[in-house]
Amino acid sequence: MMENKEPVTAGGDALGMQYSEELLKRERKANSAWNKLRRNKTAMVGLFIVSLMIFIAVFAPLLTPFDHAKINPAEAFMAPGEGGHIFGTDHVGRDLLTRVFYGARVSLIVAFGGTVVAGCLGVILGLVAGFFGGVVDSVIMRIMDGMLAFPFILLAIILMTVLGDGIFNVILAIGIGNVPSFARVVRGEVHIIKNEEYCNAARVIGVSNVRMLFTHILPNTISPLIVYATLGIAGAIISEAALSFLGLGISEPTASWGSILQTGKNWMDGSPHIATLSGAFILVTVLGFNLLGDGIRDVLDPKMKK
Amino acid sequence: MLKTVLKRILQCIPTLFIVMTFTFILTRMIPGNPAATILGPQASAADIAAMEVKLGLDLPKWQQYINYIVDVLQLDFGTSYMYNQPVLDLIAERIPNTLQISLVALVVALILGVGAGMFSALHQYSVLDYVLMILALVGVSIPIFWLGLMLVNVFSVELGWLPPLGRGSLENGLWDVVSHMILPCACLCTIPMATFARITRSSMLEVIHNDSIKALRARGISETSVIWKHALKNALPPIVTVLGLQIASCFTGAILTETIFSWPGMGTMIVNAITNRDYMLIQGVVLFFALVFVLVNLLVDMIYMLINPRVSYEGGDKK
Repeated sequence: MMENKEPVTAGGDALGMQYSEELLKRERKANSAWNKLRRNKTAMVGLFIVSLMIFIAVFAPLLTPFDHAKINPAEAFMAPGEGGHIFGTDHVGRDLLTRVFYGARVSLIVAFGGTVVAGCLGVILGLVAGFFGGVVDSVIMRIMDGMLAFPFILLAIILMTVLGDGIFNVILAIGIGNVPSFARVVRGEVHIIKNEEYCNAARVIGVSNVRMLFTHILPNTISPLIVYATLGIAGAIISEAALSFLGLGISEPTASWGSILQTGKNWMDGSPHIATLSGAFILVTVLGFNLLGDGIRDVLDPKMKK
Repeated sequence: MLKTVLKRILQCIPTLFIVMTFTFILTRMIPGNPAATILGPQASAADIAAMEVKLGLDLPKWQQYINYIVDVLQLDFGTSYMYNQPVLDLIAERIPNTLQISLVALVVALILGVGAGMFSALHQYSVLDYVLMILALVGVSIPIFWLGLMLVNVFSVELGWLPPLGRGSLENGLWDVVSHMILPCACLCTIPMATFARITRSSMLEVIHNDSIKALRARGISETSVIWKHALKNALPPIVTVLGLQIASCFTGAILTETIFSWPGMGTMIVNAITNRDYMLIQGVVLFFALVFVLVNLLVDMIYMLINPRVSYEGGDKK
């Protein structure tokens, strides 16, 4: 019996080891950020919407048979469904669906661009302020407070009046307006990270400040940044639309969701579909980014779960 | 506590100073000459030059800046070029109109939003919880100027129930005033309401699963008291933070909302001031907005200290 038992136990152990390793592997896989995100249904809905909008923006010319810029007064103000125009036509007879698809390009580029500008500047300022502290921190953060106290839309309106309209200027205005919030987020993170054990260890072995900032601290601020940027894109889409709506952002004939909405505003009486449909695209896309952002937050940092 | 409060008040001063500097630099960067704008296209160069002298725009920029700061320190905010009235008077004239819609919107948002959030938290995973949270998500994602257009289209154009724009007056009865307020307020309260609902739900959920709440229940304290007295009190701090942020953004929201509904408030005034290069008015209104923002933040911090004694600003992280 003893002779029999020994190999069995040994075999069992080996089997057990193999099994637990298998389990660990499976668990690691299941707990990877992507798989966690995949189990989050609302985040997946968000990801689907966002992907769909990016797809539309990229392949806009292939998706509709109409020209986005060709003016055709004979077909103006067609209701949705009329004359083969699924979304109808606008005040000068351009196919609205085509305009909205092309608008996705401009709106998304502006939103991504603005967020990237804000992110880059905000991250640098936040890193410097958080890492060096003292006077540098006070000066940077007081300036950021000053910018935050400036109502965002007002700052953007004034910047647009200074810069003039156009895609690049909208990106710049939205970017600058959002710098302070990024700087705050990063600074807060840096404050926590720089006193972690591994940072102290790095300091002890004489790692330089720059290396410290970019290889030890920055990578650890990435998860809140991703969350913040995703939600920031949602905000930037609305900001573009708001500026264009006030006639200060992107204007005719360039199609953006905001500029279509601005045109549609003038024709609410007879053709409310122009404003309704372009605004609906904004709403759905913003919703998508918000869902995705919330989802990523839940996955990356359960403590931040809201 | 007093020391902390004083320190926070002192911290506001550089913020306001920076806002003033930003506004000054930005307004001077706006292309166009205010003197020429006031006099119109027919004005001769000599007239424009004379007007510039009158407005003090002929001075070097740095001198204009110093004059501006010195004036503000003496509580003189200058005279609007457009209206030819002191900026302070113009603000005082318009501010009640803006407060009229933003305060109502905020109160409605607070009551309905917190109510919805409480309900959702107490009935987690019920159908209504899902419905409310989807609505709240739509609420934070909606562009309010688009919502405004849609509301006007449905309630004014299609149904003819409510006036699409303007402010109404008490002479035509109370309903005239109220009916003019409904759409702008609905527009303005959407985002704060949705935000309150979301934050209340998550904060409440965190609190009601705490051991302290379980302990209260175990001691046989009535459910109403547990929820409304103990749980809500503990769930308050994040709600207060959001309230502060929402008060500030309500003013920003007012800029767009007032434009849509032609509401004669601060928002329409500042947009006009920017298009007309009315330097003094822009500077005054921006400073006013910033002051409100700073004061609200200060107030929120103080309330925070009162309701959450664990927070100490003494040795802690400076905000």
